[in-house]
Amino acid sequence: MNGVKGFLSRPLVKWALAGVLVAFLAILPMLAIDIPGVFPGPTYTPGTLQLIAFSMLIASLALSYHLIFGVAGLLSFGHALYFAIGAYGLGIALRHFGLELLPAILLTFVIGLFIAAAVGALSLRVTGISFAMVTLAFAQAGSVLIRKNPGQLTGGDEGLALDTTHVPDMFVGVLQTKNLYWLCLAILVVVFLVSSWFEQSRAGHVVAATRENELRVRVIGIRPYFVKLLTFVIGGVLATIVGMAYLLLQSSATQKLASADFTLTLLVIVVLGGVGYRWGAVIGGVVYTLLDQRLTAFASSDAVSGLPDFLRIPLSQPLFILGTLFILVVLFLPGGLAGIPGRIARTRSRTNEPRPAPEKNVLEERE
Amino acid sequence: MSTVILLLITGLGLGALYFLIASGLSLIYGLMGVLNFAHGSFLTLGAYIGWEVARVLGADNWAVFIASVLVGAVVGAAFAAATEFFLIRKLYERHIEQVLVTVGLALASVALFDGIWGTDPIYVTGPSWLGGTTEILGASIPNNRFILILAAVLVLLGIVAFLKYTRYGLIIRAGVENRSMVTALGIDVRRAFTVVFAIGGAAAGVGGVLASSYYGYVSSGIGGSLLIFAFIVTVIGGLGSLSGAAIAAALVAVLQQFANFYLGGTGDFVVVLLLAVVLLVRPSGLLGSKA
Repeated sequence: MNGVKGFLSRPLVKWALAGVLVAFLAILPMLAIDIPGVFPGPTYTPGTLQLIAFSMLIASLALSYHLIFGVAGLLSFGHALYFAIGAYGLGIALRHFGLELLPAILLTFVIGLFIAAAVGALSLRVTGISFAMVTLAFAQAGSVLIRKNPGQLTGGDEGLALDTTHVPDMFVGVLQTKNLYWLCLAILVVVFLVSSWFEQSRAGHVVAATRENELRVRVIGIRPYFVKLLTFVIGGVLATIVGMAYLLLQSSATQKLASADFTLTLLVIVVLGGVGYRWGAVIGGVVYTLLDQRLTAFASSDAVSGLPDFLRIPLSQPLFILGTLFILVVLFLPGGLAGIPGRIARTRSRTNEPRPAPEKNVLEERE
Repeated sequence: MSTVILLLITGLGLGALYFLIASGLSLIYGLMGVLNFAHGSFLTLGAYIGWEVARVLGADNWAVFIASVLVGAVVGAAFAAATEFFLIRKLYERHIEQVLVTVGLALASVALFDGIWGTDPIYVTGPSWLGGTTEILGASIPNNRFILILAAVLVLLGIVAFLKYTRYGLIIRAGVENRSMVTALGIDVRRAFTVVFAIGGAAAGVGGVLASSYYGYVSSGIGGSLLIFAFIVTVIGGLGSLSGAAIAAALVAVLQQFANFYLGGTGDFVVVLLLAVVLLVRPSGLLGSKA
């Protein structure tokens, strides 16, 4: 048992396993794997590819939020803003400015970078709950701006449809879903690599140390403000990139993307997957998206509509089930889904050789 | 002139609504350090139950209106106390988990309301006087604004009296000031937690019934949209400060109304800007003692 575990936890083996997984996901559009109840059809069909691609985007977005919340310990309630900037920025640049795809992407990227830096620089001057409130307020301002529809740019409540004039044909149409799927997979890989690289960089170590004890970091002579800002900006920019891919995949952006509820959903995903675990964010994103989609199908199925009211009403609301699940995870499963193997291993080693197992609790309030 | 008076009184009415939510939020945060995202759900439940009461007993009647406000308060208090007892109590001293649990509860309860009462807004009617207007210095003020202001003042006085003249009030005030000291003196502060939640829930329940009369409808999102402004009010006023919440509620709402009228619908932006300025100049809020 220990031999296998030791082998699996070697860095090279871990990366090799991840490579195999990515390779498998990459050839998925050529395969006909059918898992009834999870996917709407075999894996080569556009519907299933779309669903998997969407869940990979949500996983990438959760990873970018993981950098801010899990690594830096900053409880931001405005992360949806950068995602919405990506989706709306690209949409507006393509539709109203008539830019080609690449300049439009560059422009959106720069805007995302600029706004993340500005909001981060302002809001990081306060900490804790005040920080959460300032980020929430800025995201709210963005959400209001999108709904107000200034100059007919954002389309207001109706949302903004993707203008495909300048988008290459390989990304347009249901038949090309597999190209979009590969794009989303590539984005997930890139976001994952960037966040691993950042976490293992010097700045990543400093920001993790700041999360654990800011005073000590100051005493050593490092100013935490800039590394926190760097983390915030990297997380924000990654979210902007994911937002652009979202627009290409879904062909439209709606004002829901900037809402506080969407940030809360991200928070739910990261906690569900396990705070502080990179894989947790990915697993949480995929599990949440699949659950959300399948629960919606389940809610309108005959099995539910035949039930008496007191069972039918809760079961017909996917968010009710997800919210309840989330509460249960917070109450009884700190560490989330990614923490389960560790918990099992600890229980086992406790029965064999009693040793104090310090639980890694990144959620603890830091004064 | 009449426009200014209209905006001022309407703003105070909206501020009264903000205060009904923010008072509970502020007390809960001050005593327990919990930022309660489920507070909007207390309000929404109060609004729905108030509407049910009015529907069963007949809407156009003052006694029924008052009854529905009282029932809304009781339901809000019960929901809040249950939340504290079953969910928050297990997670003492783990502030972020407490926030997360309230986030989960907010998501789940809004979905449940959607399931029970449907996603379409339900239009409510009250006593006919509420729908009318009163002339003050040439300005026609909708009557429900007066009820809102009256209710907020009564709630403020009620909470202040409770905090000043009862034993629990004493414990809560001391706990907000310095919780470890109160515990060190051998008093179980935790019992006061449920009380604080119940008070906040009752105020939110009253706010819910009155909000449905203010907006003219009930929907599952009514609490969530007010909650964000209540958060802003709480932070501007200073977390834990009741009078700060009252002042900030009036300030924010009046400013919002004036900006909406004179600056082309930019009320929400001005409020966000105010929040940013207050936090940068005075991070602990207007009347807050600690950050």
